[in-house]
Amino acid sequence: MAAADKPMVIADDLHIVYRVFGAGGDKGTAATALLRIMGRKTRGSIREVHAIRGVSFVAYRGDAVGVIGRNGSGKTTLLRAIAGLLPPEQGNVYTDGEAALLGVNAALLDDLTGERNVVLGCLAMGMSKAETKEKFPSIVDFSGVGDFIDLPMKAYSSGMGSRLRFAIAASKSQDILLVDEALATGDAEFRVKSHARIEELRGDAGTVFLVAHNLEEVEQTCNRVIWMERGQIVTQGENVIEIIDRYIAASGGTPVERDPVTGKRIHARVPAKT
Amino acid sequence: MSNDRRLSAPGSLQGGGEFDLSGLATAELPDTPLAELAAQHGLRPSAERPPVFQYMRHLWQRRHFIMAFATARNIAMYTEARLGQVWQVLTPLLNAGVYFLIFGLLLHINRGIPNYLGFLVTGVFVFNFTQRAFISTSTVITESLPLIRALRFPRAALPLAYVMIELQQMLLSMLVLAVIVLCTGEPITWYWLLVIPALLMQTIFNVGAGLAVARLGSNVNDFSQLLPFLMRTWLYVSGVLFNIATLDVGRKYIALLQINPAAIYISLIRNAMLETQRESEPGAMPYNKVKCDTWQHLKKPLDWSAYCHPVTNPAHYWIYGIAWAVLALVVGFYFFWRAEAKYGRG
Repeated sequence: MAAADKPMVIADDLHIVYRVFGAGGDKGTAATALLRIMGRKTRGSIREVHAIRGVSFVAYRGDAVGVIGRNGSGKTTLLRAIAGLLPPEQGNVYTDGEAALLGVNAALLDDLTGERNVVLGCLAMGMSKAETKEKFPSIVDFSGVGDFIDLPMKAYSSGMGSRLRFAIAASKSQDILLVDEALATGDAEFRVKSHARIEELRGDAGTVFLVAHNLEEVEQTCNRVIWMERGQIVTQGENVIEIIDRYIAASGGTPVERDPVTGKRIHARVPAKT
Repeated sequence: MSNDRRLSAPGSLQGGGEFDLSGLATAELPDTPLAELAAQHGLRPSAERPPVFQYMRHLWQRRHFIMAFATARNIAMYTEARLGQVWQVLTPLLNAGVYFLIFGLLLHINRGIPNYLGFLVTGVFVFNFTQRAFISTSTVITESLPLIRALRFPRAALPLAYVMIELQQMLLSMLVLAVIVLCTGEPITWYWLLVIPALLMQTIFNVGAGLAVARLGSNVNDFSQLLPFLMRTWLYVSGVLFNIATLDVGRKYIALLQINPAAIYISLIRNAMLETQRESEPGAMPYNKVKCDTWQHLKKPLDWSAYCHPVTNPAHYWIYGIAWAVLALVVGFYFFWRAEAKYGRG
């Protein structure tokens, strides 16, 4: 990165600690055992989970940063911290402008219709009434939920729900967009659309963070990658393909066959064009 | 320095630990300390809470969201029921019906109060507004966690919207109340207009207190369990079911109970709606020891309570009403705003 580049997100020795209530239920599962070990010094049924332990990085304008790592390595927590939804225990995250978090788990109001969710989402993001009216058709169109728009969101399939959420959050030009596996549930057509939208947002001088277990997704979309394990960064850099190959090797997966010249994956089938 | 810095955390994965990273280039962090770099480029901490006036401005920008959210919640609340929105009117009617059955038909209690049914129903409806506002705002943060974690907006919009829902409900209740009060033989008078400022003050009080309750409910899970008991105690000491002045606890405590916010708003609205209340209020007539003592011992004739000295001056109730509203709003807003960055933590 050249020095003239404008940093958009800076994490400076970031630590995040979760407080978990009611962790006392002794079900004897691995998860509760882990909580017991990690939360030894806390009182009562309140346990602490040290989810992010000293993470530092700088992301610049126009970057698309892929965050990879196993389940529970702190990827989602990191995104929440960037979005300002979790206060840091130590260190800090600095952002230029607001960060919007898009996640598969981030349900809106399930018992309301899709329509109302679109309107509420737009208003909550600070759009005016007129702006909301103007954006409404394009959001519904982009989400592709069609006639389901006047049904309560609990009637939606998980794919439809996350498409609508993506459409709402992506309707406003965000300085920083944080995508948490939101693309994983969409069908092929929606993936192509959302890729295009992410590219557009990057073009608007924004920065995109993408958490995905689908490594091909990361390879295609991102120019930087952060590999996390147990709340810490194993390695990070712009050598996306190399890092991903190491990650696959470390997690015991089959190595990806690559074209020796371009580094692109060699597929049995023709990959979807993006 | 960058690598040391990155791996400085306790229990760090020394050199990648079990991972084979040999020969892999790692991106170097800039040489400037990161906090300084952030300051140079005008980056702000992401979990920073905005200054209080900016926060108010953001909240004002979200006014359409607050109203739309309140309406949407209100509709969603009744979508499961076949009668739908009709329940908004049915709920206060049934409420009043229960009290009429028990106190009007079965017990024939008047506790030294003329038009006891009107007295009781007014008290129940007015207290209900505050009670419902408290109970619903105590869970608003945990209930809306998905929304809080998905979108960025001033969180005070949520408790505000919930109080607006209760206000809509209260306005419908007031229509039902007007009909009931007329049925008990009270006349329509210009005094009824005083209900408007009284309700306005009560709403402001509920917003302020609701903000405080929302914060308490967001991080102390036990609070919302405890709240119904606190509310019931408050109901009994606020003179909903009986006249506080008849309690045998000494004038000092009676005065304290009479100026508690719930009792103040109940008294203001009772005095506006019920002529019998205005006329039987202690101090409404010149002091007369014989008549007052008769009322105190026999609890009749019902309106002779007017010949006693008031414990707290009813003319001051409006001042107390305004004071409680302003105090609750200022303290509640500040208290809620202090924790603004923490509500997403869950």
